[in-house]
Amino acid sequence: MDYLALYVTLKLALVTTIFLMVISAPVAYALAYYRFAGKSFLEALIYLPMALPPTVIGFYLIILMGPKGFVGKTWGMLTGGSLLFTFIGITIASIIYSIPFAVQPMKAAFSKIDRRMLESAYVLGLSKRATFFRVIIPNSVSGIAAAAVLVFLHSIGAFGVLLMVGGSIPGQTKVASIAIYEAVEMMNYQAAGMIALSFIPISYAFLLLINKLNEGSRT
Amino acid sequence: MTIAASFKKRLKYFDLDISFSFAKKNMMVMIGPSGGGKTTIIRMLAGLEKPEEGRLAFWDEVWFDSMRGINIAPQKRRLGYVFQDYNLFPHLNLFDNAAFAAVDKLEVDGLFELFKIDHLKKRKPHMVSGGERQRCAICQALARHPRILLLDEPFSALDAMTRRGLREELKNLKGGMSFPIIYVTHDITEALYLADELLPVVEGKIYDQWMQRMVSR
Repeated sequence: MDYLALYVTLKLALVTTIFLMVISAPVAYALAYYRFAGKSFLEALIYLPMALPPTVIGFYLIILMGPKGFVGKTWGMLTGGSLLFTFIGITIASIIYSIPFAVQPMKAAFSKIDRRMLESAYVLGLSKRATFFRVIIPNSVSGIAAAAVLVFLHSIGAFGVLLMVGGSIPGQTKVASIAIYEAVEMMNYQAAGMIALSFIPISYAFLLLINKLNEGSRT
Repeated sequence: MTIAASFKKRLKYFDLDISFSFAKKNMMVMIGPSGGGKTTIIRMLAGLEKPEEGRLAFWDEVWFDSMRGINIAPQKRRLGYVFQDYNLFPHLNLFDNAAFAAVDKLEVDGLFELFKIDHLKKRKPHMVSGGERQRCAICQALARHPRILLLDEPFSALDAMTRRGLREELKNLKGGMSFPIIYVTHDITEALYLADELLPVVEGKIYDQWMQRMVSR
């Protein structure tokens, strides 16, 4: 069994989830509580990766992250390296690919919080920032957990976008879904089956976790 | 003058246009029919709503002045506000709720004893009765050492017996307080029982005749 591919997959999913939880929370907060010019355009842009074929996202990421692209060129100037065919490259791709799955459930969870609860916090002297951490976040645990699980599961299942941006470098960019694809291509159904089977308990355990968290938030 | 307020705001069914002041450290009860603008007024005192025009001063501090563009945030007014039914945070137990913005957490124990809820410290808000929740909400507001306490129909969602008990507790409490209290209600008995001063509000305006009519009835 290709443990290395499994390791890269889990590492990628974990890094993507942590990054997205941190950067999506303020974005979801702004979308839930503020009105500003161009809000609907920004929201549609954030959700766009959900509506685009992964290969289309992959194609534009190659353009952007390639040596002549803005992101790739800047990265090259700063580090002297390339983004394409690296773990950092596929992490960026995975973050962009999964961003709607982080922002959407978080925004829904934040929007559900009663405004009067926030007013109560303001009257008690809490700044908006303190209210976010002491009131909004603790009362959105199930929505945040749902976002984390969705992002994690979506990331371990990514294929097209990662193949285009990262190729298949063992230990670097070759994730489990690519390993399955390659094993099938080589008619090695046993190897493909082993990796495929390992996904089931992982995904199942995460779905159980989200159920538990949902139950916990109700009591 | 403790409070000097003058507010103008266009509401859905009428224009709110009110000026009042009150000088002593006592309890002013704002009384009037539901939908008459009382909650809007108290929310403007707290800074949760903004008048279109007006001025609000607390002692020598100006909290709001439309002419000078002053609008002090609710966080900085240091007041206690007990809402009708929504003060407590569902993720915290009663003690943590009351201690949420407490100046001295040790005082919370004393407040819980005073309001007879010290056996419920570890319970979450949904595990206690409405009356116990409102007792905790008052403790939460008092623990902040407010300079003024605003109570917006705090007992209206409770049954008659609990309401009467809490009314008495509040009346007893009032004597020992060094800050003014503004109490909003549509219940005439409650108003007459608690008030040192009455402010009858009907459709966004002070309406003394309404009070006289209700009392004579």
